[in-house]
Amino acid sequence: MSAVAPARPAPRPSPLFAYAPALTGLATVVAFFVLMEVLIRVGVISRFIVPPPSEIIGSFYRVITEEHVFRRFLLTLGECLTAGVMITVFGVAGGVLMHRYKLLQQACETWVAAFAAAPVVLAYPLFMVIFGRSAWTIIMIGFVAALPPVILKTLEGLSGTRKVLVNVGKSFNLSGSQQFWKIMFPAALPTIFVGIRLGLIFALINIVGVEFLINYGGLGQLINDLAERYDLAGTYAAICFVILVSVVFFMALEKVERWLRPVD
Amino acid sequence: MAETGRLTRTAPAAPLISPVLLLRAAIILGVLAVWEFLSHSGWLYRDVVPSLLAIGRALADLLGNSNYYFNLGVTAGEIAAALAIGGLSGIVVGIVLGVNRFLAKAFESYLYYLGPTPKIIFFPVMIMWFGVGPGSKVALGALSCFFPVALSVAAGMRGIDKVLIRVGKSFRLTTMQMVWKIYLPAMRHPLINGVRLGLGVALIGTLLAETKLSNKGIGFMIIQAYSVFDMPHMYAQLILLFVVAIGANALVGRLGGLDKVKAK
Repeated sequence: MSAVAPARPAPRPSPLFAYAPALTGLATVVAFFVLMEVLIRVGVISRFIVPPPSEIIGSFYRVITEEHVFRRFLLTLGECLTAGVMITVFGVAGGVLMHRYKLLQQACETWVAAFAAAPVVLAYPLFMVIFGRSAWTIIMIGFVAALPPVILKTLEGLSGTRKVLVNVGKSFNLSGSQQFWKIMFPAALPTIFVGIRLGLIFALINIVGVEFLINYGGLGQLINDLAERYDLAGTYAAICFVILVSVVFFMALEKVERWLRPVD
Repeated sequence: MAETGRLTRTAPAAPLISPVLLLRAAIILGVLAVWEFLSHSGWLYRDVVPSLLAIGRALADLLGNSNYYFNLGVTAGEIAAALAIGGLSGIVVGIVLGVNRFLAKAFESYLYYLGPTPKIIFFPVMIMWFGVGPGSKVALGALSCFFPVALSVAAGMRGIDKVLIRVGKSFRLTTMQMVWKIYLPAMRHPLINGVRLGLGVALIGTLLAETKLSNKGIGFMIIQAYSVFDMPHMYAQLILLFVVAIGANALVGRLGGLDKVKAK
């Protein structure tokens, strides 16, 4: 009896203990803001460089009501979703084409991979020349920058279909298109969605960035606007707001991905 | 037999006009032909798609211009500083999070979700903190670079074989010795991969900041070519920049032996 006792699993930690790391993280963030507040009030940090956190929180309401944040948010979201639809259509089609024609894959896969590493967003002046200073410039940069991961992941998903599944299709004597729609595509879907999720993240980063740079459109422009007006607290509040929006966006995408991938 | 097989595969003569090469050449020629046709068709605004000859001339002009190398040097210096600051702090934070499970649980999710947010929106803040000179560009690059390096190193630390760590402990290595002799060599692949990602985003961050507000650097040259509508020069700048960026990315991967990892 006594010999068995040490092998027993450790007692279940209390719920408070389980939350200790998360609470520590949160407490550190809060402590950081309190410290900043104190340092700024004392005068160690100039309030003309960093406004006190309390002032930033106070300006949230002002920024949200006066700067049409909701409309800007919808605009940025709309641009993202448009780019998202485009990368899904063209990226998946590109991946399927490259999977269907091996020669095309051999010729272009490394190009696509290299293109994924290219700093496409730096070509934004070029897009402005072609599409004008309009929402299409922003959407097209998001589209071009986010296309490679979708193509590559579609290709990876289709190529990685398990042999067993393919053989099941063959044993049922499926035609080429049946084999694709009933076996390959459903099997590749979770991987394809990984590509679309990555693509949407790239699209969001690039779209907000370009909005800021060319001073046009939604949330990115808001920050530029406030900074140019030297509305410090407002600028910080807007940056926090944009960070918050993008974090919520990533979390939502992850939820969808987990929902699409019930196994493993 | 196996020996001869290997010999013929490495011999350059066999695949000289392989179908892949032919297709690649056809695609490149096709794109160039369409480009040249568009440039002469008059369908687009003049100079939006300049002729290949004009771009070639601009490229030659740029490469023979000492001013270009000066600006290239400025930008390269900024990116190197950003990589040093952001990369080193990323490595330190990554090692701490990788060693300590409690701290990882407390803080890593913050890094994970802040990582992919658009960093360029911090530029107004960076200007206030570090001025309008190179300082703010370096800061933005370092901020972009920090997250992928830290996350990659933290994941790499957790992937280290526990035996290696126990060996180090049994030799009573100091913390610094552990870092230099055990941790860094054992996780060089995730580390190099993190640096490669970090280099990419540092380059984007620095150059975007230069296009927004600066008086020297490659980003400044690009935006200046745009503002005087000198399209051939802008294309030439972008082509050179893409070549350098993709080349640097490939070089870091090659130096770190990442290509061999993938081949395995």
